[in-house]
Amino acid sequence: MVILLKGEWYDLRDLANPVRELIDGIGLPDAVDYVLWSLIASVAILTWLVVSVIAFIWIERRVVALMQNRKGPNRVGPAGLLQPIADAIKLLLKEAITTRDADRMLFWLAPIIVFIPTIVVFAVVPFGESMVLANLNVGVLFLIAVAGIMTPAVFIAGWSSNNKYALLAAMRTIAMLISYEIVQVLALLSVVIFIGSMNLQTFVSWQDEYNTWLIFIMPLPLVAYLIAGAVEINRSPMDISEAESELAAGYHTEYGGIKFGFFYQAEYMAGFAIAAAVTTLFLGGWTLWGLEEWIPGWIIFLGKLYAVFFLYIWSRGTLPRLRIDQLMSFAWKFMLPLMLVNVLVIGAEVFIWEETGASRNIALPAIGAVNTTLAVILVVGWGRFLGHGSGRQRGYRATLTREIGKIYYTGAEAS
Amino acid sequence: MTIKSEPFVVNVGPQHPSTHGVFRLRLTLDGEKIIDADMVMGYLHRSMEKLAEERTYTQNIPFTDRTDYLAAMTGNLAYVMAVEKLMKIEVPERAQFLRTIMAELQRIASHSMAIGIFANDCGAWQTPVMHMFRDREKILDLFEMACGARLTLNYMRIGGVSRDIPDEWMPQAYKLLKELPKRFAEYEDLLLSNEIIVARSRGVGVLTPEQAIAHSVSGPMLRGSGVAWDVRKADPYAAYDKLDFEIAVGTNGDAYDRFVIRLAELRQSLHILEQALDMMPGGPVHERLGTATVQPGGQSIAPLALRPPVGEAYGRIESPRGELGYYIVSDGGPSPFRFHIRSPSFINLTPIKQMAIGTTVADAIVILGSVDIVVGEVDR
Repeated sequence: MVILLKGEWYDLRDLANPVRELIDGIGLPDAVDYVLWSLIASVAILTWLVVSVIAFIWIERRVVALMQNRKGPNRVGPAGLLQPIADAIKLLLKEAITTRDADRMLFWLAPIIVFIPTIVVFAVVPFGESMVLANLNVGVLFLIAVAGIMTPAVFIAGWSSNNKYALLAAMRTIAMLISYEIVQVLALLSVVIFIGSMNLQTFVSWQDEYNTWLIFIMPLPLVAYLIAGAVEINRSPMDISEAESELAAGYHTEYGGIKFGFFYQAEYMAGFAIAAAVTTLFLGGWTLWGLEEWIPGWIIFLGKLYAVFFLYIWSRGTLPRLRIDQLMSFAWKFMLPLMLVNVLVIGAEVFIWEETGASRNIALPAIGAVNTTLAVILVVGWGRFLGHGSGRQRGYRATLTREIGKIYYTGAEAS
Repeated sequence: MTIKSEPFVVNVGPQHPSTHGVFRLRLTLDGEKIIDADMVMGYLHRSMEKLAEERTYTQNIPFTDRTDYLAAMTGNLAYVMAVEKLMKIEVPERAQFLRTIMAELQRIASHSMAIGIFANDCGAWQTPVMHMFRDREKILDLFEMACGARLTLNYMRIGGVSRDIPDEWMPQAYKLLKELPKRFAEYEDLLLSNEIIVARSRGVGVLTPEQAIAHSVSGPMLRGSGVAWDVRKADPYAAYDKLDFEIAVGTNGDAYDRFVIRLAELRQSLHILEQALDMMPGGPVHERLGTATVQPGGQSIAPLALRPPVGEAYGRIESPRGELGYYIVSDGGPSPFRFHIRSPSFINLTPIKQMAIGTTVADAIVILGSVDIVVGEVDR
């Protein structure tokens, strides 16, 4: 009512505004007001997360089923829509077994430690113009720091299970996550240098103001961030910490019931967190070139977020898995030097732009063109330097013969 | 100060997604590196070889379905060939062609699974294997039309095959032949040069020809090591001497070569099928044996109590997994005196230790996948 009286009816699109107006209208003291407001926002975010996870469990299963020539869940409810709910009920009702030799305390703690940071991350994510729970000035740092908590949690899970598969997976995960976290931080560093702020809302307003998205200006950090994100959420081709065909279920082999449910849900939530970060940092957040005047910003934001998350579903349905040493050398030998060069280049570009004072209409396309060209040259050139051909060159067909008894072995690969 | 350390023993199996059954690989690890590998077998032992000594020659045919359950036709074929050799039975030509066609269809079905599962072992999340199932299902449909079963077929009989194919079988087979090349082209396109599959399997699990021959491995594993050897060429059976085909060999002896050979053999099987379907003669599908009766509808029933003369025979064929042989000793009675299966899965597993030592856990899974075992055949 108050909004309508003020003539700001369009602010209804941003769900935060009416809620805030309502709470302000009650006339509570500021402290109570603040706590109440935070609580409502937290519950809203949590509800959205849980609903999204449930929806995406269904979507992922159906989409991957389409990719695999089968139908996917289609029995529980219309088109199998109730399948995730049935699964959730099953997980809740199942006995949460703790194995005899497990470290009980840590075994119990690990799913919780995994679960919490994946929710907390969303505190700094701007869903709309005023829909951000904590508009931190160090939002990017917060993203990295909170996501980092998952690393020890996974190791705790693997260690406390007292299971050899789980321990192997935990060892792999620690090595992997630490390696790719460096890549991730460097990718974000170049973005932060360019924008000159760590506030996520500033990223959105910058991209809105300059009428472009960072994906067009710097594609390489985006790719690096997506790959590092795949490591964090165990998506193929980086899913070696779960590695179903090698280590059964990886670090959560011994977990069952709702404890497993926590890991499962945390994986999706972490995926949404990565997608949210990518959307905000590289894809313009809740803006869509002026369309946010007509469509609520949070719908635009969620649309972009789900589209990014779909990439992970897609990769899971298509790609095999790399080996741990291949992934480690990819991080340290390939991605890390590339990211270091990238930070240097972005820094130089920012410096030159400030020095010359070129107009944005010239500077931004120029920087985008330079970065894209450089990205292609760097990826291909550095790959060639390290001795990676493309698979097309290294794959071959079998030799065909009608004669038997001859030996065709050359032993080129035996070393 | 030294830190006390001990090797880390991991049991891959008997219940594990990548052992394709109940097979156990006992890996001793130093970090991720394998320093020792032991095979523990026998979880699926059903004592078939001993049971067969208690049953008549015809009753033993269903056992052969259940050894290599992904290639029941070839199991049937090897066994009936051994008994026919023992009894010196000439098989009608139409039956020979039917056997060839069924064996090659079975090879496509089995290799499809092997390729799909291999990609699965490389870490693909079920997608290749699901696509392979699509082809395999169509082949199983053909089997169902011919003999009523899809997995344990029990189609071959001593002296021929159990019944003639129905009239609508040939058009459907031709339809499948038209469809499959497109699919195989797709698989070759997607898998052959797949960066990750190449990175995972090239140079992994190398087996030199000397080692391969010393371990007596056969099938795609032997050919992967570059030895051009194929029982279909070396000792032609059924109708293979009338058909033109090539055998695929590798040059490096690694997991990738074995995988590539299976892909190439899909095409060769298709080539064989095209010829065999065109050349298919008419006539009976079953030799009359003693008291054998032919029922209306063409189904023939072999007499329950065949009594081959005293002697021994070894029937061998190129099954999808390698040289599958049945060695049968007869004492003149209604059941075999000795019944032995030379199963390629079991023998192909023997060099696992040599191939796995020095690699990583992930490689060991790829190597095991490239061997393409069927545990029913390993343990019998």
